[in-house]
Amino acid sequence: MPAILLNPHRTWLILIIATAATFWVRADGLVGITAGAATLAIAAIKGRLVILDFMELRHAPNPWRSVISGWLMLVTVLLMVVYAFGPSLLAGVDKP
Amino acid sequence: MPVELTAPASAASKSALRLPGDPDIWFLIFAELMTFGMFFVAYVGYRALEVDLFNESQLSLDRTLGVINTLFLLTSSWAVVTAIESARKNQLKAVPRYLALAIALGVGFMVIKYFEYSAKFAAGISLTTNTFFNFYFALTMIHLVHVIGGTIVLIVLWSNARGGKYHAGNTRGLETGASFWHMVDLLWIFLFPLLYLLR
Repeated sequence: MPAILLNPHRTWLILIIATAATFWVRADGLVGITAGAATLAIAAIKGRLVILDFMELRHAPNPWRSVISGWLMLVTVLLMVVYAFGPSLLAGVDKP
Repeated sequence: MPVELTAPASAASKSALRLPGDPDIWFLIFAELMTFGMFFVAYVGYRALEVDLFNESQLSLDRTLGVINTLFLLTSSWAVVTAIESARKNQLKAVPRYLALAIALGVGFMVIKYFEYSAKFAAGISLTTNTFFNFYFALTMIHLVHVIGGTIVLIVLWSNARGGKYHAGNTRGLETGASFWHMVDLLWIFLFPLLYLLR
């Protein structure tokens, strides 16, 4: 296999394609909350690749691998929930 | 300093589990990630209170510059990974070369941020303009401080690498600095879509 297709060079290529995909989603791809959710999902996938292949946690012992991967999962879920349901849940709250 | 005559780390890591760099750096990385994680969630929370204001203010950001900076940091991280790979293969001359590329891209990020801030200030937009710009300036400036700090670390690594310090028997310092730099990249991977794209 050519060197460019091996980790972590392949990871870099996927990250660049994912960045282009985010741009497409935002520019003229999807609209509304679907676009927002897709944007966050792409960020999470990119984050996972950086954690596993660039930070090399794919071959790291626990708890480190779980702790850093867990941070990514927690942040992604919280962002998605607050993004999707925040505006309706906080409708009555005074603005800052 | 005595040179460790052990097998290359890459050969050992195929089977054994291994945390790159000094374990202490991972405590710092975890603390940083938790702090920024709270900032990110606070951002979407405040956004939920003023969706229209955030959406309108976001339009004044230059997405193209944001994308360019994303590509800069991703490629800079890749260059650092490749520098480590070169050290593990004892390709000592390639190590400072890839680090120099990583440094140049880090500086490129700062230059673009300078132009972005200048354009905002020239348009009369500042930290106190509204809640969106409170977050935009505070988060990107805190992140920028990390980019500057990380670039200084890379310069130290580059200087060491020119002296032939990093090779198959010694990648620890290189990995420690690299892990911090990847964290800076990871944070931007969220900051960019949150501030520039999420509507």
